[in-house]
Amino acid sequence: MKIGREGPVIFSEIEPYAGLKNALNLGKTKVRDTVRDSNLKGRGGAGFPTGLKWNFVAVSPAEKKYVVCNADEGEPGTFKDRVLLTEYPGLFLEGMIIGAFSIGAKQGFLYLRGEYKSFLGILEKKLEEMRKDGVLGTDIMGKKGFSFDIEIRMGSGAYVCGEETALIESIEGNRGEPRNRPPFPANTGYNGYPTVVNNVETFAVVTHILVKGAEWFKSIGTEKSAGSKLLSISGDCKKPGVYEIPFGTSIKEILKMADAKDTKAVQVGGASGVCIAKSRFDRKIAYEDLSTGGSFIIFNQSRNIIDAAKNFLQFFEEESCGQCTPCREGIPVLLEGVEMLKAGECTQVYLKELLSLSETMQLASKCGLGQSAPNMFISVIDNFKKEYTLSKVNKKEKKFNG
Amino acid sequence: MAKQCAVKKKVVREGKELFVCDETRARLLPVLQQVQDKKGYISDADMQEIADSLGIHPVEVYSVITFYSFLNTRKKGKHIIRVSSCISNVMAGSEKILKEFERALKIKVGETTKDKRVTLERASCIGMCDQAPAIMVDDKLIGNMAPQGVKTIIRDFK
Repeated sequence: MKIGREGPVIFSEIEPYAGLKNALNLGKTKVRDTVRDSNLKGRGGAGFPTGLKWNFVAVSPAEKKYVVCNADEGEPGTFKDRVLLTEYPGLFLEGMIIGAFSIGAKQGFLYLRGEYKSFLGILEKKLEEMRKDGVLGTDIMGKKGFSFDIEIRMGSGAYVCGEETALIESIEGNRGEPRNRPPFPANTGYNGYPTVVNNVETFAVVTHILVKGAEWFKSIGTEKSAGSKLLSISGDCKKPGVYEIPFGTSIKEILKMADAKDTKAVQVGGASGVCIAKSRFDRKIAYEDLSTGGSFIIFNQSRNIIDAAKNFLQFFEEESCGQCTPCREGIPVLLEGVEMLKAGECTQVYLKELLSLSETMQLASKCGLGQSAPNMFISVIDNFKKEYTLSKVNKKEKKFNG
Repeated sequence: MAKQCAVKKKVVREGKELFVCDETRARLLPVLQQVQDKKGYISDADMQEIADSLGIHPVEVYSVITFYSFLNTRKKGKHIIRVSSCISNVMAGSEKILKEFERALKIKVGETTKDKRVTLERASCIGMCDQAPAIMVDDKLIGNMAPQGVKTIIRDFK
């Protein structure tokens, strides 16, 4: 089943290298101004303004700067980058070159997740083609002194490497353990130099903005969330696939697009996202409402939400890097808690303790993985009260003692 | 700051080039991936040699290998089958596919067949949820798996 590739931004018509040509004519500062004025925010889910990030790196006096494209999508239910990597490789690579030009980088990395190793051929071929076309290498498109090339680096099956500082650690040849932030990569990135790290989708959007302008981009989406978002829709629906939707589209509309019936809940943002119950299906995909990296998983009435929560926590238990205590020790306790909930053995008192632990994890974990690991658990407790029954008996109650 | 490589080194084993190391510590992961691809695992002797050529302690190399789930310190099967176990795949019946593989290969998940041909593993999301249930055979992604398809995949190994 092939879903039509159509949408207002990413899947709209574009001429190859037109964005880069415009960028070179505009000059470094104006490129950054255009990106800033477009209100483009990071498409990985965190939503940091791209123009601002580029400016941080550009104004730094450091002698070397780097551009990194994060193609390590590992969030359960995310596969939108797979489509961009295999079907539109020129689009985001051009965005990387534009980024490199505007911040003054000479080298870029494409960090590709290990699971996508089979795409290496397509990407290497595209890079080679771009070198031949003169858009990678020295004096790009005749612009004296602008040299840039991209190297592909493979991940090796670690979800946490999608976190930008962990990704940089991994490129440097270390364990992919997240660093403390601040300093952010824009200040201290690859080998200590200022580094722009952006999602594949962000770079793809940049290319379109440079061709069609900031005003055009702002006319799509909502006031606070300009443009569109790629969603990876999977689960209980007839038409799973990658969809491009303008920001501000409600869950109800998306479900209709994917032809989903009898829907009980939707998981927006993957394992680290939130679970939305049917009564809230009027909520919208936008940074100011539901922010997502692109994962959209549909559950129908026959599904047990507690099982889904358990699956996510098992995933986090497997993928936690184990560096900081709240995440490493908290996840197994929550997982056990979910199992107790399912068996009807969890008491009100213990549930309170689990929620307090969840809060600690959100506050005290070092990176996004630990901070968002309890999200699903909290969602279930808050929104799906019918799914579990609490025990009144105290005999199985446990304290946090390891 | 990146440390320059101690000595330029090309390691040849049994007449084949195993890895070349000529740069900085940042080459560690690509070098490890090369060795993993060629041998299927990274032995203690390899770790020692890689560490020497990069001018770092072998324990550092070991710590990096063990962090990444696609790098192994022990020999696994010639082929690795990874069944995606994220929620979309579970809902589409990935556990059934896993059971079918277990039955056809006569091993449990996490084990390797006696003839060292195939290792069966669970994977986190492999980015194929729209074509669930999906599996990864070595580097290849295969979507829309049906239990009947299991035998074909195994037969192709022989």
